[in-house]
Amino acid sequence: MTDTLTPILTKFWDEPQSWTLETYERYDGYKALRKALEMEPSAVLGAVKESNIRGRGGAGFPTGMKWSFMSPPDGGPRYLVVNADESEPGTCKDTPLMMANPHSLIEGVAISSYAIGCEHAFIYLRGELVHVYRRLLDAVDEARAAGYLGDDVGGQGLKIEITVHAGAGAYICGEETALLDSLEGRRGQPRLKPPFPGAAGLYARPTSVNNVESIASVPGIILEGPDWFKGMGTEKSTGFGIFSLSGHVANPGQFEAPLGITMRELVDLAGGMRQGHQMKFWTPGGSSTPIFTDEHLDVPLDFDAVVAAGSMLGTRALQVFDETVSVVRAVARWTDFYAHETCGKCTPCREGTWWMRQIMERLENGEGSQDDIDKLLDICDNILGRSFCALGDAATSPITSAIQYFREEFEAGMHTPAHVLFPPEKSVLFDVAPAGSKDSAGLSSGMVTA
Amino acid sequence: MTVTNSPTSGGNAVDKGGDAQIPVRPDDVTLTIDGVEVSVPKGTLVIRAAETVGIEIPRFCDHPLLDPVGACRQCLVEVATPDRDGNVRSMPKPQASCTMAVSSGMVVKTQNTSAVADKAQHGQMEFLLINHPLDCPVCDKGGECPLQNQAMSNGRAVSRFDDVKRTYPKPINISSQVLLDRDRCILCARCTRFSDQIAGDPFIALVERGALQQIGIYEEKPFESYFSGNTVQICPVGALTGAAYRFRSRPFDLVSTPSVCEHCASGCSMRTDHRRGLVLRRMAGLDNDVNEEWNCDKGRWAFTYATQPDRIELPMVRGTDGQLKVVGWPEALAAAAAGLSRSSAAGVLVGGRVSTEDAYAYGKFARVVLGTNDIDFRARPHSLEEVEFLAKHVVATAPGVQSGSAGGSEVGAAPGSVTYADLEAAKTVLLVGFEPEDESPIVFLRLRKAFRQNKTAVFAIGSVPTWGLKKMGGTLIPALPGHEADVLVDLTSTEVGRAADAGLGEGGIVLVGERLATSAGALSAAADLAATKGARLAWVPRRAGERGALEAGALGSLLPGGRPVSDRVARGEVAGVWEVARLPDTPARDTAGIIEAAVTGEIDALVVGGVDPADIGSAHALDALERAFVISFELRESAVTAVADVVLPVAAQAEKLGSYLNWEGRVRNFEQALTSNAVSDYRAIDMLANEMGFFLETRTQREIHAQLEALRAWEGRHDVVLDTATLRAAKAAVVTDASRGEYLLETWSTLLDAGRMQDGEPFLAGTAPRAVARLSPASAAVLQVADGDLVTVSGPLGRVALPVAVTKGMLDGVVWLPTNAKECAVRAGLGSDAGHVVTVSKGALV
Repeated sequence: MTDTLTPILTKFWDEPQSWTLETYERYDGYKALRKALEMEPSAVLGAVKESNIRGRGGAGFPTGMKWSFMSPPDGGPRYLVVNADESEPGTCKDTPLMMANPHSLIEGVAISSYAIGCEHAFIYLRGELVHVYRRLLDAVDEARAAGYLGDDVGGQGLKIEITVHAGAGAYICGEETALLDSLEGRRGQPRLKPPFPGAAGLYARPTSVNNVESIASVPGIILEGPDWFKGMGTEKSTGFGIFSLSGHVANPGQFEAPLGITMRELVDLAGGMRQGHQMKFWTPGGSSTPIFTDEHLDVPLDFDAVVAAGSMLGTRALQVFDETVSVVRAVARWTDFYAHETCGKCTPCREGTWWMRQIMERLENGEGSQDDIDKLLDICDNILGRSFCALGDAATSPITSAIQYFREEFEAGMHTPAHVLFPPEKSVLFDVAPAGSKDSAGLSSGMVTA
Repeated sequence: MTVTNSPTSGGNAVDKGGDAQIPVRPDDVTLTIDGVEVSVPKGTLVIRAAETVGIEIPRFCDHPLLDPVGACRQCLVEVATPDRDGNVRSMPKPQASCTMAVSSGMVVKTQNTSAVADKAQHGQMEFLLINHPLDCPVCDKGGECPLQNQAMSNGRAVSRFDDVKRTYPKPINISSQVLLDRDRCILCARCTRFSDQIAGDPFIALVERGALQQIGIYEEKPFESYFSGNTVQICPVGALTGAAYRFRSRPFDLVSTPSVCEHCASGCSMRTDHRRGLVLRRMAGLDNDVNEEWNCDKGRWAFTYATQPDRIELPMVRGTDGQLKVVGWPEALAAAAAGLSRSSAAGVLVGGRVSTEDAYAYGKFARVVLGTNDIDFRARPHSLEEVEFLAKHVVATAPGVQSGSAGGSEVGAAPGSVTYADLEAAKTVLLVGFEPEDESPIVFLRLRKAFRQNKTAVFAIGSVPTWGLKKMGGTLIPALPGHEADVLVDLTSTEVGRAADAGLGEGGIVLVGERLATSAGALSAAADLAATKGARLAWVPRRAGERGALEAGALGSLLPGGRPVSDRVARGEVAGVWEVARLPDTPARDTAGIIEAAVTGEIDALVVGGVDPADIGSAHALDALERAFVISFELRESAVTAVADVVLPVAAQAEKLGSYLNWEGRVRNFEQALTSNAVSDYRAIDMLANEMGFFLETRTQREIHAQLEALRAWEGRHDVVLDTATLRAAKAAVVTDASRGEYLLETWSTLLDAGRMQDGEPFLAGTAPRAVARLSPASAAVLQVADGDLVTVSGPLGRVALPVAVTKGMLDGVVWLPTNAKECAVRAGLGSDAGHVVTVSKGALV
């Protein structure tokens, strides 16, 4: 089983102090940077392009192509901005990566900056991740002290500086143009495009905004070569990725594997479903990707196959829900999230989530009305593709896909509360009963998995 | 000969058998909208292109003068574009037509031809309405509301929303004048974009997020922009309302009259909305050549002055007991005529508030009836140098018309007077003695637009770097008040001066303000500089009537059309039209000269129209009025009324028909909004002339226009002969002694101040800037004062105590005061003016 895994970024997460420069260098850290500095920047960019790596933030846009779309150098500053605003429900790959192996990101930033002619890169980190923030700040200090960053990188007079910026906790700031506005000190709301960031991004200068994992994968591509990278994954979805399994599997966690692996394989790697339970539904890439069911267990998890099956690979945030879970309640929580996180700029996302949240609440409480399901689908139709950015689209995905696969549960929401049909205590892995209550011990002992 | 078959004038129309063709411009992009082929300039937005063929796409956030934002999503349409092989391919999602530029071969389907676009629009409209209150019956916007109207045209008949609406306590004041009902707001960001982009006052912003996003102000920083009223007008719902109009009327009960603003020389097009004889509100009118569709808060909200309790409605004559007594018109006219007949010499003082037609009547009355050239429209500090300047460089110019000898430029080739469009296109604009945001706010807006869109470089010669200058991206060229001429003459001695000098040589414009009149040599130096650099020159007065009065002959040395009194031929032309044997050729006295003559008794009768003696800046004005026989043509009781012998009531602007010339020299016609018995000044003047046995022929607008038509711009030289008796020596350069607390005074009137035409509007007054004394950091340090500390500024007549505003970049040794704030009357209170020496001391002297 283990041979399906490709531990690269996660290789030494179990080292006692995996986040230090010392550990990183023991595992060939910063060799790629030295190699890159001996290449022309265009050759570095060429190698990344050649690897066909597609953006790991969800949309899957080829990273090398994004870099080459930046306006040509005009003597002014050019920026690399790393999107570390990981905030989607279920998504948890960048956070542990930056916790356990921050130097892979720092080295990736240094190489990528060299490739695109950036002297000052930014890492925009989700504000709540205080511990990660400290790790990153320390890692940047270590790298600067070791000469991997600063005014004279590699003794070649190359200037690369990194600013780690902690956001203020808004999901919308993961949208690249909202992120740039936030980084500039404004309210995080998406910008009108064009101009695209490649032409006028941060401070109206050519900017590339890339996901943490995309950038952290760059050192490997440079050190081992594009062919090594292309040797993993599928033809159009090359390389490896971190798959985050959470929920009702025996051993939830991070699984670094080639793209194209199936959910069935991953669930096996995670020790199977929670004992005595079956898969009911799962998200391939976080809450904004349409849900899948047990019939999709053999869909290859690469960018194109997932789309063909009706969802999106997203951030490979595989949330697993077994048969004890009410899909209506799960979707209602996600809808709450989107209603809370919509920035308010455009009408459909702002008003539509406000409305859907109230309908979902009704259905969850068994108080839905006869036309609520059709109304929900029509509201989704009026949001999807009509909103300013993808947040509105994302808010519709769980609802439309859940109704597609589990319409009868929504229909039940017209008469029976979700907590009656699916008692929540059956889903949890911990004790939900008030302390000291009679059956609390019994409940928890039966639930906890090994 | 007028060409009547031009397509633009409706000739040669295809529906009448003609063969007119739409002119094809080479750079145009051709696309199809709802099956109609459209050609529009490159870069045009789809929503604008659709408008050109009469296809209206519903919209809220879109506004043609604001940068696109794409927030409301109401204008979604289906778009298909040709790919590389020329196959037209539909875009997968409907597109916002307000943010998408046209491209060649694009095929657009709006709600008229696309079910997808129609459904998308219905969907957005339904979303907008779910959190919008159903208070249309009590909302100010109801009846003229884009949301209401478009919900009817592009929305569902019945709501499917039976859930809970978002509510807020309502309304909240975001300034004393502007109220915000957050529940009504659809978050289109028109108001915030206006304030940020157009006015440059980003004092309101969107705050919070999601459905709770709302318009907000910074803590304890109200929305006190001079242009805040425009946000009320462009709000597509009733979220922003003006306190003065809120709950006063329904739009469908109002009668609208096209008008022009009477407050300054910008010349804004306006709409006066009234009901049952009362003006209820005024809106900015659309005129792309002048104010686009903006105006300032004074123009919008200051109109209650005409309905104050002190309004004069009936003629009055001062009896033997010294008291004014209401009489009938015949009696009043007889008393006035008798007084004038008894007098040995009379003069006419007419303020800059009257219409061109009124000014013409005053001018004709002075020459024909009183037989004098002693008339002056300048009820403010002025100079003889200014008369020469106006005669040489200003009078008889207009957009597209340049008088023969103006500035010595060539006849024919000249492009006419400077216009708003010229300002927008200019590379460099130099302001001298002129603070546009306070003194001509629409000039300010246009200069800001020029700076934002065309990178126009703005320079200002002055002593205070203002917020207004900053918003125009402007640079201060330091000059002590009263010393502007030195800086103009020696412009290249400083680095910023050299930059301005170079820019002026490449199609620059020099704008001079009216207060430059009292800065010795400054107007001449500005004119010389413009001539040397080949730059164009314009004069921007503050008052709406000044430019028209100049053209109409209400300046003693100049007859209508800029005809010099000293020129026999010019006099002859005017005498011919006026059908009189001869006109007086005596040298004209200016306002100060007339006042002096009245004090000495050389003049013993004064005809006064629309003058506040406190504005003149002469210590003798009241004395003069007290000594002379005074006939006052006036709207409301004033200091003139107190000493007048005969008071004749005249119509307020809303009650009459007429025109102004704005600073460009552009004719700004306004219609009579209210039915009224009040008569315009020209009619009252005509009656008085009649009483004295003269047929003045100024009974109607038509009579006056016929004469003005016959007296078009004079094409000869504009030399003026000045009355040597009133020639006063130019002021010697003033030196201050800082050790004795002496400072040079800089002052101008802020837009909102104690002006009488702002009376009766407390909400507007609440947004006026607080009166402060501005000092440079070094001056403040010398005086040992900080921001907010009181200082006392003393002049010859009195003193005023004001809080200090320490102003970075201001010149040392200068103190700035607002000319006419409620707390600070510079001319009447201190007896001072710009360029005078005042003393400043710490604290409030008792």
